[in-house]
Amino acid sequence: MQAEQLDKAPDDAATWPDQIYDLLKSHGIRQVALVPDAGHSRLIRRCLADDSMQVVTLTTEEEGIAMLLGAWLGGDKGVLLMQSSGVGNCINMLSLGILHRTPMPMIVTMRGDFGEFNPAQVPMGSATQTVLEAMGTIVRRADRPEDVAPTVNATIRMAFNTFRPTATLIGQRVLGAKTFGKD
Amino acid sequence: MATANTRALDRRELCRAVLADRGDMLVVAGLGAPAWDITAVGDCPENLPLWGGMGAAAMIGLGLSIAQPRRTVLVITGDGEMLMGLGSLATIAVKRPPNLAILVQDNEHYGETGMQETATRYGVDLVAIARGAGFARTMLVTSADQVAPLREAIHAGAGPLFAVAKVDAASLPLVLPPRDGAYLQARMREAVLGPEAHHQL
Ligand SMILES: Cc1ncc(C[n+]2csc(CCOP(=O)(O)OP(=O)(O)O)c2C)c(N)n1
Ligand SMILES: [Mg+2]
Repeated sequence: MQAEQLDKAPDDAATWPDQIYDLLKSHGIRQVALVPDAGHSRLIRRCLADDSMQVVTLTTEEEGIAMLLGAWLGGDKGVLLMQSSGVGNCINMLSLGILHRTPMPMIVTMRGDFGEFNPAQVPMGSATQTVLEAMGTIVRRADRPEDVAPTVNATIRMAFNTFRPTATLIGQRVLGAKTFGKD
Repeated sequence: MATANTRALDRRELCRAVLADRGDMLVVAGLGAPAWDITAVGDCPENLPLWGGMGAAAMIGLGLSIAQPRRTVLVITGDGEMLMGLGSLATIAVKRPPNLAILVQDNEHYGETGMQETATRYGVDLVAIARGAGFARTMLVTSADQVAPLREAIHAGAGPLFAVAKVDAASLPLVLPPRDGAYLQARMREAVLGPEAHHQL
C-alpha cells in the first residue's frame, strides 16, 4: 500500500478526461484554476501541456472563484477544477458570482459519495451539492462515464450563456473508490 | 536619522497620488475603505470597487492581469483583507504576472468594523511574507517622499510588485461607489473590450 495513492485516478482506458479537455478547448477556456485531485490528474496534465492555457495552481479553492471573476473582467473564460472538499472552501466567495453575475464553471470530482475509504471525505462530500445550491450555483451530476462530457458541456454553456456559477459533480462511481484488497 | 517623514500617510492622498495620470490602468479595490478611497479619487469604469469577497482582491487582480497582459492592473486593499488571502501571495508569486501590482493600505486595523487591531499591529510583516513567497519586487512606504517612487514602480510593469504603505488609522467620510455588482463588472468589461463585451460567447 505504500506506493499507492489513496485517491483514485481515472483508468487509462477512460475517455472522459480527454473529452473534458476537448470541451475546454472548444469553449475557448483560457484560464484553468485548480487544486489538484487525483480524479483530475490526466486533465491537469493535458492543460499543463497546452501553451494556450494559463494553468494556476491555487493554495485554496476560493482563490479560484476570485480568479474567475478577474478573468471575466478582462474577457478571458476560465474554469475551476477541484474535488468536493474544495467546494467547502469556496462558500463565501461564491457571493461574487451572484453579486457580479459572473460565469463561474466548476468541475468537481466527488469524494465521500460512493464506496469511500476515507472517513474525512464523507461530511463535505455529503454536503457538496446542498452547499453549492444554497449559494446559487446550478449543479448537475454525472454518475456514468458517458454522462461526463455532456454534463460538463451543459455546465460550461450555462455559466457563460446565463452568467452565474455552475458545477458538474463527477460521481465517485465514475472513478471507483480504492478498496486496498478488501473487496 | 530623519524622523519628520515617518508619520503615517493619509490614505486618500496616497490613492490620489498613485492614481494620478493612471493611463489605461485597471484598479481593483478591496472591500471597505479602499473601495471608498478609489471612489473618492474618482469613480470610473476602469475601477472595480468590491463590496464583499473579503480575501479575493489579489486573486481578482491575477485573473485580470493574465487576461489583459498589456494593461497595468493595480489591486489596492486593506491589511485585514490581505491577511485573509495570504495564500494568494504564493499563488501570484509563482505565476509571476509582469503587469500586476498589489498595494496594501496598512492602517494596522480592521477599519470598517470599528478599528479593531489586525495582526500587522503586532508586527506581522506583510512585505516579508511577500518576499518569502517569492515576490522579487517589494516596497515598504512610510513617508510622503516614497510615494512618487511607488507610483513609478506600479507603472513599471517589471514583474509583480507587492507594496505596503503605512497609512493613518483615521475613519474618513464614506464615498460610496455604485452597489450593483453586475453594473460594476459590465462597465469594466465594456471599457476593456468595447461593446463586444456584452456579446461574448
Ligand atoms: C468574510 C468576511 N469576514 C468579515 C467581514 C467583515 N469586514 C468587512 S470589512 C472588514 C475589515 C477590513 O479591514 P481592512 O482590509 O484592513 O480595511 P480598512 O477598513 O482597515 O482599510 C471586515 C472584517 C466580511 N465582510 N467578510
Ligand atoms: Mg486595515
